[in-house]
Amino acid sequence: MSDNHSFRLATGGRLIDRAYQVPFRFDGRQMRGLEGDTLASALLANGQLMMGRSFKYHRPRGPIASGAEEPNALLGLGRGGRFEPNQRATTTPVVAGMVTSSQNCWPSLNADIGAVNNWLWRFFPAGFYYKTFMQPRGAWKHLFEPVIRRSAGLGKAPTEADPDKYEQAYGFADVVVVGGGIAGLAAARDAAAEGKQVLVLEQNPHWGGRTPTDHADGQGRVDALLAELRALPNVTLRRNTMATGLYDHGYLLAREALADHDPNQGIPRQRLWRIRAGHVITATGALERPLAFAGNDVPGVMLASAVRDFIGDYAVAPGRRIVVVTNNDDAYRTALAALDAGLEVPVVIDARSTADGDLPQAVRARGVRVLTGSGIAGVKGYRGVEAVKICDQTGSGDVRETVEADAVAMSGGWSPVVHLWSHCGGKLNWNADSVFFAPDPARPPLGADGKGMASATGAAAGDLRVAALTGAVQERSLLPVWVMPEHATRKARFKMWLDFQNDVKVSDVELAAQEGYESVEHTKRYTTLGMATDQGKVSNINGLAVLSKALSQAIPATGTTTFRPPYTPLTLGTIAGEARGEIFQPLRKTPMHDWNERHGAHWEPVGHWRRAYCYPKGGESHAAAVAREIRAVRASVGTLDASTLGKIIVKGPDAGKFLDMMYTNMMSTLPVGKCRYGLICSENGFLTDDGVAARLSDDTWLVHTTTGGADRIHGHFEDWLQCEWWDWKVYTANVTEQWAQVAVVGPQARTLLERLGGMDLSPEALPFMGWAEGELAGIPARVYRISFSGELSFEVAVPANRGLELWEKLHDLGRDLDVTPYGTEAMHVMRAEKGFIMIGDETDGTVIPQDLGLNWAISKKKADYIGKRAQERSHMTDPNRWKLVGLESLDGRVIPDGAYAVASGRNGNHQRNTQGRVTSTYFSPTLNKPIAMALVLNGPDRMGDILEFTNPGGEPVKARICDPVFYDKEGTRANG
Amino acid sequence: MLTLTCPYCGVTAEETELQPGGEAHLKRFGPGSTDDDFEAYLFARKNPKGVHFERWRHAYGCGKWFLAARDTANLQVFGTYAAQTPHPTPDIVALVQAARPDWQPDWTETAPATQAETAEKGAH
Repeated sequence: MSDNHSFRLATGGRLIDRAYQVPFRFDGRQMRGLEGDTLASALLANGQLMMGRSFKYHRPRGPIASGAEEPNALLGLGRGGRFEPNQRATTTPVVAGMVTSSQNCWPSLNADIGAVNNWLWRFFPAGFYYKTFMQPRGAWKHLFEPVIRRSAGLGKAPTEADPDKYEQAYGFADVVVVGGGIAGLAAARDAAAEGKQVLVLEQNPHWGGRTPTDHADGQGRVDALLAELRALPNVTLRRNTMATGLYDHGYLLAREALADHDPNQGIPRQRLWRIRAGHVITATGALERPLAFAGNDVPGVMLASAVRDFIGDYAVAPGRRIVVVTNNDDAYRTALAALDAGLEVPVVIDARSTADGDLPQAVRARGVRVLTGSGIAGVKGYRGVEAVKICDQTGSGDVRETVEADAVAMSGGWSPVVHLWSHCGGKLNWNADSVFFAPDPARPPLGADGKGMASATGAAAGDLRVAALTGAVQERSLLPVWVMPEHATRKARFKMWLDFQNDVKVSDVELAAQEGYESVEHTKRYTTLGMATDQGKVSNINGLAVLSKALSQAIPATGTTTFRPPYTPLTLGTIAGEARGEIFQPLRKTPMHDWNERHGAHWEPVGHWRRAYCYPKGGESHAAAVAREIRAVRASVGTLDASTLGKIIVKGPDAGKFLDMMYTNMMSTLPVGKCRYGLICSENGFLTDDGVAARLSDDTWLVHTTTGGADRIHGHFEDWLQCEWWDWKVYTANVTEQWAQVAVVGPQARTLLERLGGMDLSPEALPFMGWAEGELAGIPARVYRISFSGELSFEVAVPANRGLELWEKLHDLGRDLDVTPYGTEAMHVMRAEKGFIMIGDETDGTVIPQDLGLNWAISKKKADYIGKRAQERSHMTDPNRWKLVGLESLDGRVIPDGAYAVASGRNGNHQRNTQGRVTSTYFSPTLNKPIAMALVLNGPDRMGDILEFTNPGGEPVKARICDPVFYDKEGTRANG
Repeated sequence: MLTLTCPYCGVTAEETELQPGGEAHLKRFGPGSTDDDFEAYLFARKNPKGVHFERWRHAYGCGKWFLAARDTANLQVFGTYAAQTPHPTPDIVALVQAARPDWQPDWTETAPATQAETAEKGAH
């Protein structure tokens, strides 16, 4: 085939509209398709048969299929943020202005340097990577890996953000029919007649499946059914919608193309349907199988069904002289379609010893030679078919004659599409007569009620002709042919492709079997058969038949690999839907959020909240802002938006008893009006949260949790209350968002609060670790005298809708006191200066309170609390557990976060032994030096010892072990 | 994605509304228990292929924990029931055995009647 000849036929083309030309570009060349074309049909019409290069050998490849199963014709579509690799040309509609490019070739499709691999095929057998790159060790890292990484992968990922919009929708139906072929449409009609709500999903833009192409008056039959369905109020028909996966209890995912590859319509590009189906009917049809003969991957060799689709649907001739090779009657339809279109069919090669069915006879009647008992020994041509060498099917490939041709239509029989059926556990039976796996109606995937949630119909159920609906003519049985010819030479088997995309051949699968890979799942991974982006839709059955033969066992004994969703790839954009950018997830905002934003807050995400990390002024750096905020707090007064702290009410006659189980220390003895710091552990004994509890009344406590812990701890409380101590009389309520909370902190904190008026906040009225209720500036308030900074500190809680009012009043009235809003980082540094632990810094799910010197907060009197038994395990009482200490850097450098203290010797993995690790590390503006906390082997007993800490990319940092309380060890400031 | 019916609020909820909680009917061992008992309570889980009793919380609904009897292999749900029972209730056992006649309970004590069942019996 020459490159510039038009292959569009003068007449016909069921799906195209010759009135509308569609210009597009391929590898920089301007081309024209017609409205209704796929990219594949448009490229073929322009004489562009070669559409890509294979993965491993970079062999020239054209399309072999006309639908979703296509392994070869994968293109890059679009430009910039809209670029998409690996798009199947056979299912992509051509759109005006479309820019497309070939993949896996360099510098160009025609002159691809990687094709040198093709001449080195002896050196790239199955398992090549596993065998070749093992030794020497260093070669992998420095030589093999960089080269392989550069050449690995099909296509390229886009580098810009995707500008298109995607959406998701929920769907519900009593019956979802997947597949709008004639069997699916009939099943929809039957379900609708029973009064069911029916949804029909069709992957293509058109209805009817193969029926209009393959059967007399097929279009009329389809149109009649469609007219019936369109008149029914309880039937919804949805085209361009690919059901990609069936999951538990009738959950079906489907992708609807809305404005695919046509970004200018102003609507979302794709829609992901999340459907809950009462019952799913898979009417997904069947896929044709290739034949394994030498050279079956040369461009121009196609599935017989694809050849007649290109002719009938798009009026495109894949060739002018088409040889048909088959083991069944169905492929003769292709010969007839070619003849009807005025194309030549020099010969039909049939592997069977006789071919006297209606279809072969009809072909003979047109004067075509039918060679039975024959096969293809080889295909002449590299970039396109030039001739076909014919041999006896039962022989070893001695060439009987050579026939010139420019295309080969091959058919190895059909396999029902069983993917959806299998995704959620539906089982298959091997049908030896029809030679395929088909759904076993006795073993469907089950729904919640234990009954089948899916059933198959039509070709998908194994009824390939669906004669009752299509009126299809009788066909004689096919002959299983897995290798052509039967006794092909070893050399020929090296040229028989099974998996076209991943370049897996008959010889590779046989080698895997020879090397002991008996499981089909192992063979798949060793050879990569079926692991390409097409997931082996056309290759799987042939591959496992070859494997079965090599293992001398029946095909059902080999079985299939697992069918996993999605059936065809989903774009990540569809999966994300609208959840991107600002609405990726809901944002929780405190009542002071907008004020914080107006005052230049640099945000830190904490859970779903945004908290102010610091409030930089002018051109101030974050570090400078943090330092300024800390100095202001320690010198005068600052305010922290603490509204995000978890607040849980625990109330009831048994509330005290319950809290004693939840906390390591005693909460039941806390007097009304007092606060107590408490620790919460998991049943594993590990510290999971901390916070201050306040006793509000005889039977009511309010407990504070960390910002991130509020929902988790509330859930933890409810779990124990509902599932273990359900007879205890306790209620809990998470009131985190009902209160705004402001920490007013610093030596001038009381002065500032007193200016609000309304409450006696003197040390006598409100001592440290007490709380009081009243009004401040006319706002109902609870004031907790607790301190996380070591300063005189009041945490003021007011109803959430008064929070901003309180905050603004504090800033109005405290101007002369230099009242400074401070953020989470200043809070973190100040707590570290005081040696207070932080959940998530000092704890990581492996740390118990005893590791952190918090024994004072663990009750010795209580018989039980969550975590107590676990803390008695030998590993937890091991004296060699790393314990919390402070660190002073010797040379003034800040110790890297997470750094390990090295010890002498090496462990079994040749790594340096360690004796501790840094949990928090900062530069302290208060002390004007670096400070850190660490967990260190026997740390509290080693005060003054010097440790060396790892520092990737730099000199190790030496530090001296010290008390973790760096500032105001006596605690006089908080007691002021 | 599973669907389970919350026995408290009656809503048939999708898995995204639910929080899984692992094996149901664990007996808690606290201070004073042997290492073996505590290890089994804290770490050992049945993980059967087939009939299983599980904890689920209707976390994005009514907030209640409930229990589900389910076949882990083929996703059949035999029933859901209140969390406040140390063993599957006779009703649930009957539902499981109706679907899996060969299945036998593997606990020896009988489940005390729940409050609801007691109330129902009182009414008759």
